[in-house]
Amino acid sequence: MIAETGHYALVLALGLALIQSIVPLIGARLRDDALMNVARSTALAQLLFVGASFIALVTLHVVSDFSVANVYENSHSMKPLLYKITGVWGNHEGSMLLWVSILALFGGLVAALGNNLPLSLRAHVLAVQAWIASAFYLFILVTSNPFLRIANPPIEGRDLNPVLQDIGLAVHPPMLYLGYVGFSISFSFAIAALMEGRIDAAWARWVRPWTLVAWIFLTLGIAMGSYWAYYELGWGGWWFWDPVENASLMPWLAGTALLHSALVMEKRNALKVWTILLSILTFSLSLLGTFLVRSGVITSVHAFATDPTRGVFILLILCLFIGGSLSLFAGRAGSLKQGGLFAPISREGALVLNNLLLTVACAVVLFGTLYPLAMELLADFKMSVGAPFYNLTFAPLFTLLLLAVPFGPMLAWKRGDLLGVTQRLLAAGVAGLVVIAIVWAWTRGGSALAPLAIGLGVFVIAGAMTDLAERTGLFRLPFATTLHRARGLPRSAWGSVFAHAGLGVALIGIVCETTWNSEYIATMKQNDVAHVAGYDVKLDGLFQRQGPNFREMIAEFNVSHEGETLSVMTPSKRSFTTRGSSTTEAALLTRGASQLYISLGDATAEGAIAVRIYHKPLVLLIWWGPVLMAFGGMLSLSDRRLRVGAPKPARAKQRLQPAE
Amino acid sequence: MRRMMATIVALALLALPAAHAVQPDEIMSDPARESRARDLSRELRCMVCQNQSIDDSDAPLARDLRLLVRERIAAGDSNSQVLDFLVARYGEFVLLKPRLERQTILLWLLAPLLLIGGGLALWLQIRRRSRSGADVPAPPLTPDEEARLAALMSEEPRSS
Repeated sequence: MIAETGHYALVLALGLALIQSIVPLIGARLRDDALMNVARSTALAQLLFVGASFIALVTLHVVSDFSVANVYENSHSMKPLLYKITGVWGNHEGSMLLWVSILALFGGLVAALGNNLPLSLRAHVLAVQAWIASAFYLFILVTSNPFLRIANPPIEGRDLNPVLQDIGLAVHPPMLYLGYVGFSISFSFAIAALMEGRIDAAWARWVRPWTLVAWIFLTLGIAMGSYWAYYELGWGGWWFWDPVENASLMPWLAGTALLHSALVMEKRNALKVWTILLSILTFSLSLLGTFLVRSGVITSVHAFATDPTRGVFILLILCLFIGGSLSLFAGRAGSLKQGGLFAPISREGALVLNNLLLTVACAVVLFGTLYPLAMELLADFKMSVGAPFYNLTFAPLFTLLLLAVPFGPMLAWKRGDLLGVTQRLLAAGVAGLVVIAIVWAWTRGGSALAPLAIGLGVFVIAGAMTDLAERTGLFRLPFATTLHRARGLPRSAWGSVFAHAGLGVALIGIVCETTWNSEYIATMKQNDVAHVAGYDVKLDGLFQRQGPNFREMIAEFNVSHEGETLSVMTPSKRSFTTRGSSTTEAALLTRGASQLYISLGDATAEGAIAVRIYHKPLVLLIWWGPVLMAFGGMLSLSDRRLRVGAPKPARAKQRLQPAE
Repeated sequence: MRRMMATIVALALLALPAAHAVQPDEIMSDPARESRARDLSRELRCMVCQNQSIDDSDAPLARDLRLLVRERIAAGDSNSQVLDFLVARYGEFVLLKPRLERQTILLWLLAPLLLIGGGLALWLQIRRRSRSGADVPAPPLTPDEEARLAALMSEEPRSS
């Protein structure tokens, strides 16, 4: 009964979405307020029904109803409750349902909070949202129905892929989808602007908070996924340039560019056409990501060919939306008036450079991901594009970008003074050079470029601080004045300081981890001691334990540093009987920002075990960086100036109504 | 050249860490040779895995390839000879960093071409526009927007 209710709710949501796709547009054409307002009610009702459908699927998983194919294939009655819930989106059908739920959530939010939007703009935006929603509801109902029943229900389920039974997975996909799907709002705004043929600085002001929300979630989602891979996959890697990761990185790069170009548009009324194009591209890349991950085309072109229904369906959606929106753009972009002149050396110019570098980086990832597929199809030439290629191409691009980052916020709008800014950044530059010299002297003879990269990271952080110091008059004015100014500084200024500093922090982490990672790989017996980066790691013993739906072998290590016992670390290897597969649970010991990492290999017959121990210096900075960036984003989101043009608190709604 | 590559990779911003599926019994006794083997392993694809280098992969094939790489190194091959040997055996598919060839030239040239082309186009456009004169005036506000503006302006002091 629950499954049928969920299924039916989804069908109703499709019906609502179809109404929302058409009626508001007719209303906008006829200038009929009532018809335009239909969008608001249908968007909220859609959220209600999709929400019900999603809750139905969660309930089915929680009660382990194995008569539903999706539950049977991905759950197990002995699985802990948390993973019963997160298992809902640990599979294709469920994750697509989560995708549309989040789409409905964003649509509902625009409907509920968008009272200060011009009525026809809101009607257009919600109609475009409904087009996307309709396409994906149809996709789910036709090819990926999560509510299908099995005629003869089995007694026990086949369990969730053990690698996915982890708290990281509980949070990672929803965050990522909040990011991916969040960009649908800026897409809808862009299409609405093109359809209305009207776009101004106010438009950018409405779009920016939504883009920012999506970007914050995507940033955190990617960082979370990377940390999950780091501790769960058991070999300490945190970024693999895997097509699935690339699928999330592309919208991030484009979305970051969009955030910056929308800023220019809001402040200076320039870069309009480009901002519209970026909004379209960012969401198109999110759709492409969904296609790449969901169609199986990544694993092999042939896997796609053997079961093409889903892939072809998403490909159709992809072509329809990307092709349609780009044609609309090509047709209408010329009619958009360009405004806001600026000299090449200016804050606008710096933001254009940021956009150029980020889009080139994004194009590199896109090309690298699709090129092998194209070559295989068109030229019958099998090739790979992997980490070494991306590292080589990204290094120069990001070096340029990071060198420019401190200059951007300090240049004046319209016409900047590069020499003056360079002088003001002198202290930051000196800080970078001093760090380079220190690291160089300290590591003596190691990699030559690592100190340079760390110096660059320090320069970026110090540059952000300089910007802050300049704005608050630190060291120039009395401290009380500085404090007062700091409080009066717009939150978005604080936001960009944190976000930019986050970049530098992440860079330092990445370089330290890559360059000075020490490793120890050996077979250890009881009471053997490994010496890694000044730590003594002694294997105390091995023992077995029974978990809820797995058996695990735990190794107990005693960790000491210079004779002083620090901690006991217990990495384990879990075997999941139902799936017949196993996972390695690495043990982590955090000291400051550095980590000691132990993961287990196979045990030998004599009671010895293969062990990998890594010392990863400053590795946590890799994730603190993105967290800082997201924090900066949140600060910026809380800026009063953004809120004025963005969702209104209920109190203000009353006052605005008569104006509509 | 190899040294330069290695150092560039060290600078790489989103570089792979030294990630290991290497088993204790595979490690060569000479640390210099072992580190060459590791560097090579990171550039070779485990063909049965999804986008993993043989250095990362636990698959049996990856182990065979790792042993093969070490065998060739022990036999005195240079790094490029080892790669040639593997390409001859398994095709270009085995290389994670494709070689510059007819089929891959577009891939390698994409970033520099886009950067230079895009930069030039932007520079020209900005210069042309800044020469061509005055700001385009913003479209006038509709009465509806005027009213909204008035409402927002009158509200401003209270919300701060």
